[in-house]
Amino acid sequence: MPNVLVVEDSPTMRQLISFAIKRIPNCRVVEATDGVDALKKLSSDKIDLILADINMPVMDGLKLVSLVRGNPAFKDIPVIMVTTEGAEEDRKRAIAIGANAYLPKPIQTQELLKLVTSYLSGQSK
Amino acid sequence: MEKDSSYLSKADEFIQMFKKGEEFTKELLKENEKLRYKIVELEGLIEKSADNARTKLYEDRIKLFEDELSLLKKKFREVEEENKDFASKYLEVEQENNNLANLYVASYQLHSTLDFPEVLRIVLEIVINLIGAEKFAIMLIDEKANELVSVAAEGVDITTAPKVQVGSGTSGRVAQKGESYFAENLTDLDEDNPFEPIVCIPLKIKEHVIGVISIYKLLTQKAGFTNVDYELFNLLAGQAATAIFSSKLYTQSERKLTTIQSFLDLLKEKPKKQENR
Repeated sequence: MPNVLVVEDSPTMRQLISFAIKRIPNCRVVEATDGVDALKKLSSDKIDLILADINMPVMDGLKLVSLVRGNPAFKDIPVIMVTTEGAEEDRKRAIAIGANAYLPKPIQTQELLKLVTSYLSGQSK
Repeated sequence: MEKDSSYLSKADEFIQMFKKGEEFTKELLKENEKLRYKIVELEGLIEKSADNARTKLYEDRIKLFEDELSLLKKKFREVEEENKDFASKYLEVEQENNNLANLYVASYQLHSTLDFPEVLRIVLEIVINLIGAEKFAIMLIDEKANELVSVAAEGVDITTAPKVQVGSGTSGRVAQKGESYFAENLTDLDEDNPFEPIVCIPLKIKEHVIGVISIYKLLTQKAGFTNVDYELFNLLAGQAATAIFSSKLYTQSERKLTTIQSFLDLLKEKPKKQENR
């Protein structure tokens, strides 16, 4: 059963993403409110994919990605950034830090599910 | 002598017979040759007629197959069209399903609290994340002054946001008429007037307008609205209006209740103090 970690400070957005991902058969969602919370969840749960916002309090998404890539235990977990920052330079920056994919908001649920499914099935690694 | 002549005549007869036999044999051989030729000729004819019949048969079959093939091709095209139709319908249903799921979550969140600031925060989150707005304000009608006042905003300073008289300007007209406004060009912003909305949606409870959501700028990646966006926008505005109105009433009543309670406590305190004197 794959576990997806949704890191998002907005409860509404967190709910929206979780609600969509739970529609993927056998998929479990773990929620985190910021980068620090996400690191705790990474240590306590076996996570297969991370979906993270960029702008978050306490620790933002970019810092989280760099810490994940620097940790041998988590470095291979694919990370999808889901953010309102839609500029090309933001996308390049996130990819350079180690994000696997970049999905600008407002998200299209079908696009999100397609991307999540492809990473969970290992096709996009 | 007589015997000899008899032998001779018999020999002659025999020779004659032999010659006749030879002639007959030759005739028979000729006849045989003719018959063979005729047989060959007939065989050729038979073969030719058989070929013709076969050709006709094959031609008929080819025609049959061709007819069948064109029928199958036609059916294939029909099935292909049907498949395309099903695929696009499936996508539409899937899209509708996703929107309903989004709307469900948004409505659930909007009605999950009666705290006015919390409701405003949820509306902001929804407009940013589901609509894709970068700069916008939630404006409510101040019934006494008959003007729209910004109560929450994103990307703009709420303190600098001007109050708008109901009926004047884009937002004011939307508040008065209760009809949504969408600028023709959503990306062409009025630099001189940053508070001129490109989209303005009335917050309505049935036909009663309580305020508007004025969008001044969309996110860079949001080039425009799709039909689904308009539907979602209107549905969300309806849900947001109810949530804002009820939470505002609840907060006001809570405040009034606290005031009354304090007043009652004060009244209870006074007689005690007088008794103590």
